[in-house]
Formats: sequence, C-alpha cells, structure tokens
Amino acid sequence: MTKAEKARNEIGAVERLAAGDSPLHRISPLAGLFLTVLFIAVTVSFHKYNITSLIVMVIVPVLGYFISGIPVSTCFIKLRIVMPLVCALGLINPFLDKNIIMRVGSVGISGGVISMITLMLKGIFCLMMSFLYIATNPIDEICAGLRKIHFPKVLTALFLLTYRYISVLLGEVAVMTEAYQLRSPGQRGIKKAAWGSFLGQLLLRSMDRAQNLYDSMNLRGFSGEFYTVSRKKYSSWSWPAVILTGAFIIAVRVFNVAGLIGSVFVR
Amino acid sequence: MHMADALLAPAVGGVMYAASAGVAALSIVKLKKENDLELNNGIKELPKMAILAALVFAGQMINFTIPGTGSSGHICGGMLLTGLLGPYAGFLSMIAVLLVQCLFFADGGLLALGANIWNMAFYGCFVGYFLIWRPFMRSKAFAGAGEKAANRLKIIIASILGCVISLQLGAFSVVLETSISGITELPFGTFMLLMQPIHLAIGFVEGLITAAVLVFVNEARPEMLRDVGTAREGEGKLSFKGTLIVLGIVTLVVAGGLSLFASSHPDGLEWALFGNAEEGYAENMGLDEENYGVSSEIADTAGNIQNNTSFLPDYALPDNDSPAGTTLSGIVGAAIVAGIAALLCIAGGIIHKKRKRAQT
Repeated sequence: MTKAEKARNEIGAVERLAAGDSPLHRISPLAGLFLTVLFIAVTVSFHKYNITSLIVMVIVPVLGYFISGIPVSTCFIKLRIVMPLVCALGLINPFLDKNIIMRVGSVGISGGVISMITLMLKGIFCLMMSFLYIATNPIDEICAGLRKIHFPKVLTALFLLTYRYISVLLGEVAVMTEAYQLRSPGQRGIKKAAWGSFLGQLLLRSMDRAQNLYDSMNLRGFSGEFYTVSRKKYSSWSWPAVILTGAFIIAVRVFNVAGLIGSVFVR
Repeated sequence: MHMADALLAPAVGGVMYAASAGVAALSIVKLKKENDLELNNGIKELPKMAILAALVFAGQMINFTIPGTGSSGHICGGMLLTGLLGPYAGFLSMIAVLLVQCLFFADGGLLALGANIWNMAFYGCFVGYFLIWRPFMRSKAFAGAGEKAANRLKIIIASILGCVISLQLGAFSVVLETSISGITELPFGTFMLLMQPIHLAIGFVEGLITAAVLVFVNEARPEMLRDVGTAREGEGKLSFKGTLIVLGIVTLVVAGGLSLFASSHPDGLEWALFGNAEEGYAENMGLDEENYGVSSEIADTAGNIQNNTSFLPDYALPDNDSPAGTTLSGIVGAAIVAGIAALLCIAGGIIHKKRKRAQT
C-alpha cells in the first residue's frame, strides 16, 4: 500500500469513529474543543520534575476513551509522527541534568531522567486528548461550531473544502505513485529527473478538477458560505460536564492530588 | 519541522497563536480587497486555494529521493503556494494544510498550531514572497537570455533561495520557541547547530522540487504563476541588486552571530533568555519547605505528609513550581491513578472486542 493510500485510510478510520454514538459524541463540539485546549495547556504547563501530578492527568483522556468506546490503542499509531522530535529532545536531558533529585532505595534518579519522562508523557497525553476530540466530533460539526463563535468564514470554508478534496487528491497520488513504482521496481522514492513533471502533472490534474468543482458549485448557487445542518442534538450536559472536568484538571494542576490519594495509603 | 504540544510552554504557544492569528486576519482582509468583494460574492480563489492546499498535502505524501544520500524527503510547500497564489491566499491555504495534519494525523499539536503556522507558513509565504519571489520576478536579470529562459532561471533561483531561507528561519524559530519554553536542557547554541545544517539540506532539496514544479507550470500554464513576466511592467520596491545586497548582509549578520554563540559562549543566549535560572536553581536547592508551592491548607497538609514521610534524606525539591512532585505519597498516588487508567484501558479494549464480536 502506498503512503497516500495509507493516509486516505487513516482519514477514513477517523471519520468512522467520529460517526459513532456515545455520551461523549453527544457533547457539543465547542465544549469539547474548550476542554481539549484546556487539557493540553494545563498538561504542558506542569513543571518538568512534577511527574506524579502529571501522571494523574492521564485519567481524563483514558476515561474519555472508555466512555466513548474507542480503544486507546487506536491513537498510539499516531505517536510515530510526533514522538521522534520529542524523544530526541527528551533523551538528551539525562546527559545534561545529572542532579539527583530523588532516591529509590540506594538508586539515585537524576533530574534529567525525570524531565525526560515528563516530556514524553506530555507528548503522549496531549496526543491522546486531541485524537479523542477529532475521533468524537465530525469535521463539519466542528466547523459549524466555529462559525457560531464568528470564526472567519473564509477559513472554515477553505478548511472544509481542502479537507474534502484531500481524499480525492490522495487517490490521484496513489494511482500515480503506484504506476511509477510498477515501472521502477526496487527504487526508493521518485527520481530527480521526474520531480517536476510528476508533481506538475498532479497539479494540472487537480487544477482541472478544481475548475469542474468550482463550476458545479457555482451552478448550485455557491456564494462563499457553507451551510451546515446539524442533525445531531447535543446533550444539555455538554457544558456542565466540561466545566466539571475542567475544574478537575485545574485542581490537579494546583493541588497535589497524587500526594493526597497516596496519603490515604501511606502514613 | 512540525512541533508537538509537549515542546511548548502554554505562554509561548499563546503568543505564537496571537501572532499567527494576526497575520491570518491581515491575509483575510487583503484577500477580500484583492477579490474586490461584491455583496453576494465569495472569494473567487477559494476553490483554487483549497485544491492547492490539498495538492501540497498530497505532495507531502510523495517521497523524493534525495541525491547522494540514499534517503528520501518530502516538500513543505510554503514557497510553492506563494508562487502560485501569492502570500495572502498562500498563507491561508497553508493554515488549512497544517490544520488537517494536526487534527487527523497528529502531525503537530493543537496548542502548537500557532507556532507551526508561524514557522512553516509565515516564512515561506511572506518572507518568501516579498523578499525573494516578487523582487526576482520583477527584476530584469538574465534579460539577455531571452524572456522564457530568463523567467525559467529566475524561478529556479527564487525557489531555491526562498525554500532555503524560509526553512532556516523556520528551524531557528523552532529552536527559539523550544528554548524559551524551557523544554530541553540542551544549550541554545548547540541546539541551533544541530537544527540549522540539517534544514539547510532539506531546504535545498525542497527548493529543487519547488523549482521543478514551478518551471513545469511555467511551461504548461504560465498565467497561473504570480508576477512572472512582470519584469517590464513595473519595478518592485527592492531592485534585484538591492535584494542581493540585503540578503548578503543578513547572511553575514546571521553567520557572524551564529559563530559567536557557537564558539565562545554556548550558553550566552540561554543565560540572557532565561535570566539567571541557574542562580535561582541553586537558591531553590536550599529551600525550606514552608517557602515553596501554593500556600493553601492542602499544600500544607501535603507538606506535613512530606515531613512525616521524609525517608529520603538528601532530598530537596529543586523548584518552587513542583510542590511535592516526587514525594512517596505522590508516587503512590500517581501509581494508583495510573493503575486505574490501565484497568480502564484494558476494560475498554475488552468491551470494544465484545461489541465487535456481537456485531459479526
């Protein structure tokens, strides 16, 4: 399978997840977006040594996956894209920050190791949460929600159009790359001599499609605004639930929740 | 070059969001003016913008052999879009591309979106257009070679220069944003020396690809390119010579600055950026427990718990921002939560499997 086909499948998989139904799917997209951004902002704001409180944060996305019925494992395949840079930066920390900040028995653990782990956890948690959001909210409903708060219509329209068109174009790319690969077995990537004509052909093909698309949109009365009709009823619990969860997130950040839970068991 | 959320402090992410939103607002206003909006008429270029955004996205799925290395890479696209759409529409299209990548492919985070837009779209589209593309296209350079050949040469040089410079600026911004966020222990200078040369190579290859595409478009449909063939109509604000001189000076200053930081004071800028963090660190090492963290009842309780459980003799909290970050009760509490989370994951997986089985 070519990379383009894989990307197309990935988009399809997310769309199928978003089309499902669960209490989490019924939360309004705006409320969900607010909670997602709050979660990410709070998560990254944890101090690099504050590993225990950070770990408590995992409960929010994990509960989300549980309620929505989406297996957590689905988001982990996405980690391959973001994690390399995060890991590369994190792995350097143990070599540069060697101050021992905690001891387990006689083994000292340096600040660098702790900060490496927190950095990686932050990366994973943020990804879990943003993937959960996109897996429970269809893209047109997100855009409709954004329009409600007067997000510029040029951007939402452009985004929706780009999004819809990507899957068509990826199909085009898949056909072209497959044809190229079949004619050049064992070769990695596309040869320099064909760079221009390959992408150029793709460009011309897509321009023609764009023209057709634009004409047919005009014929159907397109005037720059996408009208979205939401068939879904959002739960009236959207905002209360989000505010409650938000309060929990902030509490984890402000208070030492991990310590409090632990103190029940440790005297 | 996509940054993940974890690489940014919220404040830095917020500032970059504001900056990118400002440029986006300006682009929308300018675009509307360019399109001379009538009451009921949308932005005429919208489908073209969308298709080119989709093209850049799809183009990123194609891996090109990088000559002489045996590896392969893909394009970023800012310069390509600016050559075809101009800076404003190009910038908005790049936002659409980055948004799709962020949402559907987890390539770059939600919080980091502002920074990513700035690093990848702003430099490619605005710096690439105003400093390189337009002056080059309007200049009368290579006029002796005939119009077609001259355009071809100008497109090639502008593409390569534009990609290299915008990627260098982008990579520099990544370093700057990450360092200000205090994410890495890596000194600013060293980090920069790791990032810049790699992106020099990537930028060069992207420049070649962009040039190849734009030359192809120039042959097939020259009317699609911005400013090409405008050499005789009007002179840009900067002449060709002037641009070269400006670029030369910028290169010298940047190169000079880089070598300064790299050689004698690798930590100099870091120190300047973060103030005397080292000193604060040292102070905090000797901090007594009453003086850090939030002063609330719960924090006090936590402090007491810590006192009672201080089986770690030479342990001190290194920063006032992490109350009881690594106390025993904290570790136990975190372990309990992690355990519950793991159980939930497993339970979720089992329920999902059962449902699937029930469906089939």
